[in-house]
Amino acid sequence: MVYVIRRLLQAVFLALVMSFLVFTGIFAVGNPVDILIDPEATQAERVRLIAQLGLDRPFHEQYLIFLGNVLQGDFGNSFVYNRPALGLILERMPATLELAFAAIVIAVVLGIPLGMYAGLRPGSAGSQAVMAGSILGFSVPNFWQAIMLIMIFAVMLGWFPVSGRGQVGEFFGVRSSLFTLNGLQHIALPAINLAIGHLALVIRLARSGTQEVKAQDFIRFARAKGLHESRIVLVHLLRNILIPIVTLVGMSFGGLIAFAVVTESIFAWPGMGKLIIDSIRQLDRPVVVAYLIVIVVIFIILNLLVDLLYSLIDPRIRLDGAKQ
Amino acid sequence: MSLLEIDNLQTHFFTSGGVVKAVDGVSYHVNRGEVLAVVGESGSGKSVTGLSVMGLIDAPGRVVGGSIRFDGREIANLPSHEMRQLRGARIAMIFQDPMMTLNPVLRVDTQMVETIHAHRDMPKQEAWALCRDTLGRVGIPAPDERMCAYPHQFSGGMRQRVAIAIALLNKPDLIIADEPTTALDVTIQAQILHLMQGLVEEDGTGLVWITHDLSVVAGFADRVAVMYAGEIVEQATTDGLIEAPQHPYSRGLIGSVPSRNRRGARLAQIPGGAPPAVNRPVGCRFAPRCAYRMEGCAAPQVLRDNVRCWRAADLPAFEEVLA
Repeated sequence: MVYVIRRLLQAVFLALVMSFLVFTGIFAVGNPVDILIDPEATQAERVRLIAQLGLDRPFHEQYLIFLGNVLQGDFGNSFVYNRPALGLILERMPATLELAFAAIVIAVVLGIPLGMYAGLRPGSAGSQAVMAGSILGFSVPNFWQAIMLIMIFAVMLGWFPVSGRGQVGEFFGVRSSLFTLNGLQHIALPAINLAIGHLALVIRLARSGTQEVKAQDFIRFARAKGLHESRIVLVHLLRNILIPIVTLVGMSFGGLIAFAVVTESIFAWPGMGKLIIDSIRQLDRPVVVAYLIVIVVIFIILNLLVDLLYSLIDPRIRLDGAKQ
Repeated sequence: MSLLEIDNLQTHFFTSGGVVKAVDGVSYHVNRGEVLAVVGESGSGKSVTGLSVMGLIDAPGRVVGGSIRFDGREIANLPSHEMRQLRGARIAMIFQDPMMTLNPVLRVDTQMVETIHAHRDMPKQEAWALCRDTLGRVGIPAPDERMCAYPHQFSGGMRQRVAIAIALLNKPDLIIADEPTTALDVTIQAQILHLMQGLVEEDGTGLVWITHDLSVVAGFADRVAVMYAGEIVEQATTDGLIEAPQHPYSRGLIGSVPSRNRRGARLAQIPGGAPPAVNRPVGCRFAPRCAYRMEGCAAPQVLRDNVRCWRAADLPAFEEVLA
């Protein structure tokens, strides 16, 4: 518990540092006034608008005002949409989250068994095919692969829709397109496209972990106890290869949420990625800053979850450093 | 009929560097309630013999010849599911490094109960109680608490006791112990030896004790088989071997054990090292290191009167050598 509280305090500090970096960075990128204000506006209108947005004040004052508002949950209004920036982001977050979630599930559910198979039968044709596929998986450029997926499975075979997000269903109060058949059809291609690179990584990690662990004495001892091969693989081996995979999944999940931009653009997926690209182009400061801080918070939470998972998987890792 | 009879066992490893004949024609037997010590240096094939009995030889290794009869039944190259039913139930094995033999991420009770459930149906509570009692039997204090601990919370000696308890769970007829005290310090070694001796006596279990440490063997094993370069070079009763070793290699081993009777004298040693398993001498494999070597030693040696040395009868008596 002490550990969790300490980590949360660190997280708050980290978020503060990040907010400063983000704010400074966006300040340096350019002046939104040039884009926002009608070129035909009079000088008086310009001055009034600049004052209204607070852009006439010095940098440190702008930052402190921003920080004060953030602490009250106010990230400011979008210059472009004239709506709260945080609201804009949060309303697009479920789409991105479900896409990232679907991609991770695909990567883990396929990757661990394939990797373990390749590790247990290193010489077989099947495992060589798996390994060749995994090299291909993280070598092929993401955008090209997306276009190929669309061409083959949506255009030529017509199995899946070309783009967009499907119907949203509700299940235990959670609204997601994962709960309708139409939604699943829509999410299939973008999720697969996002998953392939991570799938390749999970396969490699699971394989190297399996090869390392299967040579350990405790696996031999488990066999000497007369256990079924299935129990040795699913309990003794699997538990021991999970740590690096959990690390990868945690990092990947954050990365998928933050940087699914390419896939979201190609499949016209209404997530946060498209919003942030548009906002950067239009120098919509509040949205960019709010987005980056949301991402920072997501990364912090994921890292905390990963650390907590470690201690569940491996009893030798103790978080508190307390005596047992 | 012996409990375990190994006859002319050959276990070879087919590596890219050539065929490694790790076990090359080994025969020995163990009776119920008997302790057989298999002694030899690293790479002599003593562990691979044990693993062959367990059916735990991994590719590229394979039992290519000979027979392993357990309780009258041939078990060399038994189908894997039949072998699995024997392993851990009727033949148990204990390994060298107790730090490595228990799964670090599973609790001790999980690792014990699964050993029972792999071989017979038993209500979980009953199995748990049996495991706890067995932990108590191998001398682990507060077994109720220790059942719920993880391996890293035990010391090395205690972990080896847990491994022994696991081996005992299904009341095996035979236990193969592969250097179980080598990784432990000397006082713990003595405790474990004493413990094992008591346990096999109580249960009438046959025990194959694989070791490279002759000092462990005296007063513990009934008989000793000395292995060198994939072969058994001498078999004898423990007292017989220690009093009067026949084969030059056995003599070298016994002579190199520090003894109270020879205080202050230089320890004897065997010159050179064991030959590599891919390129062994054609004749007597020990000849290049043997002090009694002569021309006739270039011929392959057979086990005669339990000694693999054609000159054994001609060699000077062991006491004279020591003097």
